[in-house]
Amino acid sequence: MSVIAETEAPAGVTTLTERTTLPLARAINEGLRAAMADDDRVILMGEDIGPLGGVFRVTDKLQADFGSARVLDTPLAEAGIVGSAIGLAMNGYRPVLEIQFDGFIFPAFNQIVTQLAKITSRHDGTLSMPIVIRVPYGGHIGAVEHHQESPEAYFAHTPGLRVVAPSTPNDAYWMIQQAIASPDPVLFFEPKAKYWQKGEVDPSAPSAPLHATRVAREGTDVTVVGHGAMVTTLLQAAEVAQSEGVSLEVVDLRSVSPIDYEPLLASVRKTGRVVVAQEAQGGASVGGEIAAHIGEHAFYSLQAPVLRVSGYDVPFPPAKLEGVYLPDADRVLEAVDRTMHY
Amino acid sequence: MTEQFIPPAPQADGDPEPVRFLDDAGAYAPSATAAEFAQELDAATEDDLRQWYRDMVMTRAFDTECTHLQRQGQLALWVPSVGQEGCQVGLARAAEPQDHIFPAYREHLVAHVRGVNLLDVAAQFRGLTHGGWDVTDPAHGNFHLYTLVLGAQTQHATGYALSQVLDAKRRAGSTSLDAGEPAIETGDATMVFYGDGTTSQGDANESLIFAASYQTPEVFVVQNNRWAISVPVTRQSRTPLYRRALGFGMRSVQIDGNDPLAAFAVGRRFLREARTGGGPGYIEALTYRIGAHTTSDDPTRYREAGELEEWQLRDPIARFEGYLRSLGVEDAFFEETRAWATAEARTIRDGILTLPEPEADSMFAHVYSEPHPRIEEQREWLARYESSFAETDGERA
Repeated sequence: MSVIAETEAPAGVTTLTERTTLPLARAINEGLRAAMADDDRVILMGEDIGPLGGVFRVTDKLQADFGSARVLDTPLAEAGIVGSAIGLAMNGYRPVLEIQFDGFIFPAFNQIVTQLAKITSRHDGTLSMPIVIRVPYGGHIGAVEHHQESPEAYFAHTPGLRVVAPSTPNDAYWMIQQAIASPDPVLFFEPKAKYWQKGEVDPSAPSAPLHATRVAREGTDVTVVGHGAMVTTLLQAAEVAQSEGVSLEVVDLRSVSPIDYEPLLASVRKTGRVVVAQEAQGGASVGGEIAAHIGEHAFYSLQAPVLRVSGYDVPFPPAKLEGVYLPDADRVLEAVDRTMHY
Repeated sequence: MTEQFIPPAPQADGDPEPVRFLDDAGAYAPSATAAEFAQELDAATEDDLRQWYRDMVMTRAFDTECTHLQRQGQLALWVPSVGQEGCQVGLARAAEPQDHIFPAYREHLVAHVRGVNLLDVAAQFRGLTHGGWDVTDPAHGNFHLYTLVLGAQTQHATGYALSQVLDAKRRAGSTSLDAGEPAIETGDATMVFYGDGTTSQGDANESLIFAASYQTPEVFVVQNNRWAISVPVTRQSRTPLYRRALGFGMRSVQIDGNDPLAAFAVGRRFLREARTGGGPGYIEALTYRIGAHTTSDDPTRYREAGELEEWQLRDPIARFEGYLRSLGVEDAFFEETRAWATAEARTIRDGILTLPEPEADSMFAHVYSEPHPRIEEQREWLARYESSFAETDGERA
């Protein structure tokens, strides 16, 4: 095994040092830049991530700054990207992979679930797999088939993987760095609907640990919980509910594997009512897992059954129907009404 | 419409004869294609050749014991390598200590040569572990774990070989790895093993693309043993498999896989060229699986007896014995080797039967490198659950 010494950032590479307002995509770019400057074992791999900077420009200018030996524009082969990254990680590198769109992760599914997830346990802990797989995911962008899916439950179901999804630029900036620093494989789901959403990024200190649940808005009547782009929808719903005299507590999961349940259960104990919302199909989903967990651990605090709001159990529909398929604030509020009147 | 019969490699028109130094009886009779590799054999002394023979006989004895143990219910499954020792010993002995080797699941001899205890290989098939040896321990010769998902290891090997390129780039102070660059000197190489059936897998093909694209210092070894479980190689390919690599722009050679000299010579050349900037290479070793694919398989259902007998005449161990005898090695060496191998295999057999069962707690131990609350909860729950039985037993006593 090679010993790779950490080195200084290449000359001319500057990283974020002051509070700045950035779109989420740019925040990830700055997070990647900081991680690469900090540790030259960090390399990026993916399709079109070099001169193009990725379809969403998340890797914009990184190849120019760090060179083509650290930002690898790969052949168009998802299994090859993940499988090769495993070999690189075996020799001490920390690959950060970009899968171009959610629906294109499946050619790499075998390498992720039968290999990447199991390598550390198969090697009795002597090999770690510090690999991050970035997946632009979810709807709201009116795209064509396989470009709007939310496949996180497949990976949350797989032992050995960690699965996270930031919802704000500041979290995106910090969580990508925390994911890269983690010795475990992390599926990093980026809500592409929020790539252009701006927010303040504070490079002085992380907002929370990678897997911490965050209370995004305090409330007293109903806990509404979700991750990724859904958090914005929940905040919108909370605004509307407030005007109608109902107080929603918005909980941003940030991590769907593992889930940091304590803040969520504390919220449930306070409100007694829960609505779980997600873009993904409802069957065998993250939302179902959360509902079950709350039922097991906070049963006596519940005033009503845990309700789920999700995509329907159909393939993601053609884009002209995405407004019907994806839960919006109205559908969240409909569930809030049901739980309030149970 | 009846299926057109395409003759299997190596008889396809226009292909060079496979590289071969020994005839079926073991006499030194190089093929025309062997000439360019003959110099590589200078690196092997007679002592080395005797060691290769010991490697082969020992692995076969071990392999035979494991098949018996499976039949007795002591192993859940066994994957025999009988018949394929020739290419395995030559290629294993061609590698340098700094090289990395990624096996499929039939490379018992390679494991042995690289320093892995065969007891650890058997432990996986006894259901005690998913791995069994520490690949990060230099004593295990950079020999990676067996992989049961076909072709997955080809990608890992290519990634590892890519890391060797990146390491060399860093040593040279270079930050570029641009499309179309020639291969560079790395000083170490990676060798990956798979079978003819695996050549049908997408991963095996993607690994060739990545290897060619990044000019990795890598040697792909396809042990074409003619059968992917019950499916013949003619169902996998209409052309000899070595030709596929030519399409990726790779050096590619077909060898007689039951000739250890051919495997050593071509393996040594390809590995050296990989280390010194020659890029990836591909070796198709024509061999034959004498036994079943695994102990769950019954080859009598799909193979003609005549085919088996024909290949038994080319047994790599018998052939190599013939060669060693032609060099003047006496009877005593062969007798001693066989006796030693039988004793070693018995020792391993006894070792297998006394291997400790894993602790229940161990299944939680390394799922993640960092603590994971769900795993910790379940580990603690199981401990409490199991201890509750201990208390009950105590009360009863």
